Amino acid sequence: MKKVGNHNSNSRKMFLSLAMMLAFSFSSFAQDAAPAAPTEAAPAAATTGGDPVKGKALFNSNCAACHKLDAKSTGPALRGVADKHEKEWLYKWIHNSSDMIKSGDPAAVKLFNENNKSVMTSFPQLSNEDIDNIIAYTSEPKAEPAAALPGAQAGADAAQGSGSNNNVILGVLALVLVVLVVMLFMVNNVLRKVAKANGIEVAPKAQRTPIWKAFVKNQFLVLVSCVFLLLASGYFVYGYLMQVGVDQDYQPIQPIHYSHKIHAGDNEINCKYCHSAARVSKTAGIPSLNVCMNCHKNISEVAETTATPEYSKAFYDAQIQKLYDAVGWDKTTQSYTGKTQPVKWVRIHNLPDFVYFNHSQHVTVGGIECQTCHGPVETYEIQKQFAPLTMGWCVDCHRKTDVKMEGNGYYKKIHEELSKKYGVEKLTEAQMGGLECGKCHY
Amino acid sequence: MKRVYKITLLLGITMLVASCHNDKAPNYQYFPNMYESVGYETYSESKAFANGQEGQLPAKGSINRGFEPYEYENSTAGYELAKANLKSPLDSLDRNSGKGKELYEIYCISCHGASGNGKGKLVEREKFLGVPSYKDREITEGSIFHVETYGLNAMGSHANQLSVHERWLVADYVLKLRSQL
Ligand code: HEC
Ligand code: HEC
Ligand code: HEC
Ligand code: HEC
Ligand code: HEC
Ligand code: HEC
Ligand code: HEC
Repeated sequence: MKKVGNHNSNSRKMFLSLAMMLAFSFSSFAQDAAPAAPTEAAPAAATTGGDPVKGKALFNSNCAACHKLDAKSTGPALRGVADKHEKEWLYKWIHNSSDMIKSGDPAAVKLFNENNKSVMTSFPQLSNEDIDNIIAYTSEPKAEPAAALPGAQAGADAAQGSGSNNNVILGVLALVLVVLVVMLFMVNNVLRKVAKANGIEVAPKAQRTPIWKAFVKNQFLVLVSCVFLLLASGYFVYGYLMQVGVDQDYQPIQPIHYSHKIHAGDNEINCKYCHSAARVSKTAGIPSLNVCMNCHKNISEVAETTATPEYSKAFYDAQIQKLYDAVGWDKTTQSYTGKTQPVKWVRIHNLPDFVYFNHSQHVTVGGIECQTCHGPVETYEIQKQFAPLTMGWCVDCHRKTDVKMEGNGYYKKIHEELSKKYGVEKLTEAQMGGLECGKCHY
Repeated sequence: MKRVYKITLLLGITMLVASCHNDKAPNYQYFPNMYESVGYETYSESKAFANGQEGQLPAKGSINRGFEPYEYENSTAGYELAKANLKSPLDSLDRNSGKGKELYEIYCISCHGASGNGKGKLVEREKFLGVPSYKDREITEGSIFHVETYGLNAMGSHANQLSVHERWLVADYVLKLRSQL
């Protein structure tokens, strides 16, 4: 018997170069294209007379795909553009930027070249008023992070506070208990002393045979307790031996703290978005990093509200940075550097090599939910193994589960024959042959 | 007094034994040589190759079995060409199979929403912004396929999650949604 290391030999390596080959992005960026970002100090002077609230809605639905307020995205950061250009120029630009570039407007051509000649969509449908609203939104001063913090901090403190409050109460209770016990002893002692001083004899205890001697003398009791002890230890030893080789609840520390709770739970991303091979193949697979970048090109940090007392925003942001380091994505220039590094995910579920298990058979053909076997994954902050993955577990389910026959032409004939043979309408997987050794063992 | 010592000793031992259980490391195994295979496991570390990985990239220029070349390039010009010329190979059986909806609800719903109005869960929670409603875009079968294959600006490529056939099924479903918006 041997304790093995983490299933490190199986740790997944991501082939980022492959990922990059697949992750064509529509526009590519030059390293040297970083334009001077507008100063963060908000241009309070640029009062445009628009409605920033309406502007925000318009901005989010039309412009946010390419522009962020304070960071370069596909297009430059937009906070304070009103200071950079004339209003008329902005109307013209937003209505049809390519025309301006073609007509040779110097500012437009310069911008176009600085941004690696990516084309901005034209928005002829936006009225001048709409554009005023958007500009009003981009001219709003940046929300001071300090202003946002106290509230969040207070919330965190409150949460933290209630936790520590409980501990304090428990501690005080324990202390009171100890003091009570000590006091009892002391009172007892004092009473004895008082009694002695007053000359009262405390009646000496009658000499009894100690209880263990009485026990040893009673041979029947000894026998019974021996049998009991043997059975009990047998039970525990059996229990211990049976769990050898079973990795239920195994929860290794992953190189990137990736939370299924945030992705599959809070944001309801489908399991198969990432584990897309589960639909069509034997393995479910761990997503290659280009899949992560479909969202994380845009999501470079988590919201203030995502942080929990246990994991701070800074902690989560550092995890996303790890992802960027691995794919070689430079946040400031919004481009790939080409320097990649595989992420060594630690494999959790791992059947021995002599067992054949196929995801698509269970997920696509059998229509079984991931959660039946993997537990409530959408609530796991850290992924773990939910099922024991023993042979008994597989066989149990095959005995209990009815096979989905409806609408599957492949099963028509065998269903007719087998249901006649067993005289039942519904067939379990075991009756279909799911207990034959050769189905699961090579 | 002695009894107190014994009880604490017993408690201590129980605690010691219980704390040996560690979820961060795998359990003991009886015959590890049956469990840990001799051959290389997928994506494992290995000294056989210079970069220390078992899985290697395929040789340059190799294509997988059943590969169909896609001749429109990843550029604005390619997008316009695909929009104008590219036609779906699906027959009516495929179009009505319901598979397109199923796939759409796995891969596109988070951003584009169930009805294609650009209000998916991620947009609602303000995590990912700037997703258009399909109605606001001039799109054709060909352009949708092109965008699924290469991505477009903030939208990434979905070519390694969806096969060519599946991308056509989804494109067809997107047009169906668009006509209902
Ligand atoms: C398809 C992506 C895209 C969308 C959508 C988009 N833009 Fe742009 N925008 C760009 C790019 C790229 C540039 C840089 C110039 C270029 O390369 O054409 C730019 C430049 C600008 C500029 C000039 C910035 C500067 O620093 O001088 C303004 C203003 C602007 N956009 C406003 C808007 C507004 C308002 C919207 C929404 C109604 C919008 N953009 C939507 C891509 C986009
Ligand atoms: C955004 C992408 C993403 C989504 C969505 C997602 N996963 Fe994962 N999953 C991962 C990554 C990355 C890992 C590897 C890191 C880890 O183990 O935490 C992983 C690991 C796992 C593992 C453990 C794999 C092993 O090593 O044995 C299981 C099981 C799993 N996911 C199930 C699910 C289920 C069930 C869902 C849907 C509720 C889901 N995942 C949704 C990305 C995702
Ligand atoms: C469909 C979109 C999507 C995909 C795909 C995706 N993420 Fe995320 N990710 C999010 C969202 C949304 C958040 C939360 C942002 C917030 O709360 O403000 C997030 C947060 C995170 C965080 C910080 C919180 C945490 O879980 O620790 C990390 C790290 C992260 N993602 C890693 C990954 C990795 C690795 C992958 C690829 C396996 C991936 N993401 C794929 C949308 C996505
Ligand atoms: C019938 C039970 C069952 C169902 C249903 C199931 N899995 Fe699994 N899953 C397993 C077993 C067993 C393993 C271990 C496989 C191995 O080691 O070869 C596993 C392994 C995995 C892994 C680790 C990587 C791999 O492929 O070995 C991931 C990720 C995963 N499952 C995700 C999913 C997702 C996502 C779903 C839903 C679409 C799902 N599983 C449905 C039983 C199941
Ligand atoms: C949640 C219940 C469940 C669990 C757990 C489960 N299975 Fe299954 N399995 C099914 C069902 C249902 C089918 C039939 C799918 C179908 O064909 O419609 C099936 C089919 C199979 C088949 C194909 C059988 C055939 O007739 O061709 C194999 C092989 C198999 N399972 C192996 C395993 C192994 C190995 C495990 C344990 C690691 C396992 N299963 C765990 C429910 C389960
Ligand atoms: C439903 C799938 C399934 C079927 C059918 C099945 N097995 Fe297994 N068997 C497993 C799995 C899964 C394991 C791995 C258990 C583990 O890793 O703890 C296993 C392990 C074993 C082992 C090794 C036990 C060990 O701990 O090393 C033996 C021996 C074995 N099976 C024999 C059989 C025989 C004989 C049959 C036919 C009567 C059979 N199996 C049918 C799934 C199956
Ligand atoms: C991570 C979020 C996200 C996901 C997932 C996503 N999209 Fe998009 N999609 C976008 C964004 C953002 C745009 C706007 C791109 C632009 O024009 O700048 C877009 C635009 C589009 C367009 C319009 C392109 C045009 O020609 O104007 C189509 C069609 C489209 N998506 C289809 C899909 C399909 C089909 C899927 C599922 C396979 C999908 N999208 C998944 C974010 C997403």
